[in-house]
Amino acid sequence: MRLHSILRTMTKLLMPPIMLFGLYVQFHGDYGPGGGFQAGVIFAVAFILFTLIFGPTRARQVAPEWVTTPMCAIGVLLYAGVGVATMLLGGEYLNYNVLAHDPHHGQHMGILLVELGVGLTVWAVMVTIFLNFVERHDHAALDPGDGAEDGHV
Amino acid sequence: MEQVIDIVLLAFMVVTALAMIALRNLFAVVMLSGIFSLLSASMFVLMDAVDVAFTEAAVGAGISTVLMLGTLALTARAERTPRRNSLLPLAVVVVTGAALIYGTLDMPHFGDPQAPIHQHVAPRYIEDSPREVGPPNMVTSVLASYRGYDTLGETTVIFTAGIGVLVLLGARVDRRRCNAQAARKDAGEGRS
Amino acid sequence: MFETVLGLYNYWIVIVLMMAGFYTVIARGNLAKKVIGLNIFQTSVFLMYITMGAVEGGTAPIVSEEATVYSNPLPSVLILTAIVVGVATTAVGLALVVRIREAFGTLEEDEVLALEHRMDRGA
Repeated sequence: MRLHSILRTMTKLLMPPIMLFGLYVQFHGDYGPGGGFQAGVIFAVAFILFTLIFGPTRARQVAPEWVTTPMCAIGVLLYAGVGVATMLLGGEYLNYNVLAHDPHHGQHMGILLVELGVGLTVWAVMVTIFLNFVERHDHAALDPGDGAEDGHV
Repeated sequence: MEQVIDIVLLAFMVVTALAMIALRNLFAVVMLSGIFSLLSASMFVLMDAVDVAFTEAAVGAGISTVLMLGTLALTARAERTPRRNSLLPLAVVVVTGAALIYGTLDMPHFGDPQAPIHQHVAPRYIEDSPREVGPPNMVTSVLASYRGYDTLGETTVIFTAGIGVLVLLGARVDRRRCNAQAARKDAGEGRS
Repeated sequence: MFETVLGLYNYWIVIVLMMAGFYTVIARGNLAKKVIGLNIFQTSVFLMYITMGAVEGGTAPIVSEEATVYSNPLPSVLILTAIVVGVATTAVGLALVVRIREAFGTLEEDEVLALEHRMDRGA
């Protein structure tokens, strides 16, 4: 990819706006279309673009395994943890009314935390899946014992 | 005007689906599936479901297409000519389609405000969600607050899919062997 | 008769799309194409569901001053979940396809079954 300077430059220019847009979608899910899922996917798309242009080894330097794999679980734990926290504060599981001094603020807080958890998990899982698919390609290329690459053409 | 756009988009989708069945080059089929997702996202916007359109465009036309291209890079590029008899599947499909169309004759017409689907829980969500929950986006308030359990289950399903792909394609043990093989191959190429 | 067609043609065309996806799953032997056909099927089911939720003259379910009639938010929520679950299933299915290719060297269903029978008989 060393010769494709247009692609490399455009990727470097595009990645920050994509991530910014992902954050915007995450936090403005209350006021317009958006929310955790869309934001996680858009954020992951920035990393996928980086992997397509610069290769999986450099992508692993940006998103190493010790970050992406635990992050898959941290999102789910955050979501379930909000439910446990509401139980400890006196309400039922996932009853956001008890999270703050009045129900309106409690609901706002609960939705914010929950969507954050969803966004984290979706981002981590999408990046993990894609990088595993790409790294399998390198693994298969080094191990030529499993038949031709281009099957029936 | 909306009906014209509706019919045109649906016609495009039918043509794309039929082309996907007929083509044998899998790369072209994957590209057509991306187009199909984008057309369905436009249909969702036409049906006033903007959150769903957003998600379908990002997930269907983005992630799904990229994953299928990744799979194609690891496997074959074209499908072999189907050798089996395709009359029986065609018959099954026609019978199922006829049964489904017969079933829709009972349904309320498209866009009818008096349909039963709009009578029970939906008015409560529409009227009470600004007061009980707060956010202007009713879909977010239903997703995260009224139906929070479902969203927790969904997040767990995504997590499970990530774990599944890690188990199937992880292959961490072979990395040392791959590096050793790569080193041997480089040394071999350097010599010859 | 004409009002029935006018009111229901959306659902009928979506059923045609569903059947196109269904035919791809059962009539084609290539495993990757089956997964893609399943995707077509899923997307057309989502389309049918969202079509049921649309209200004539309504707008997107976001509270605003100019709007009087809102479309139903409930199908949107359910289909949002279904889309993400669908991509998760597709990812696992494609990972399985990759492993099958590595193990058997081919993606055609009948060749995989024949190889498997040969392996069972041999072992």
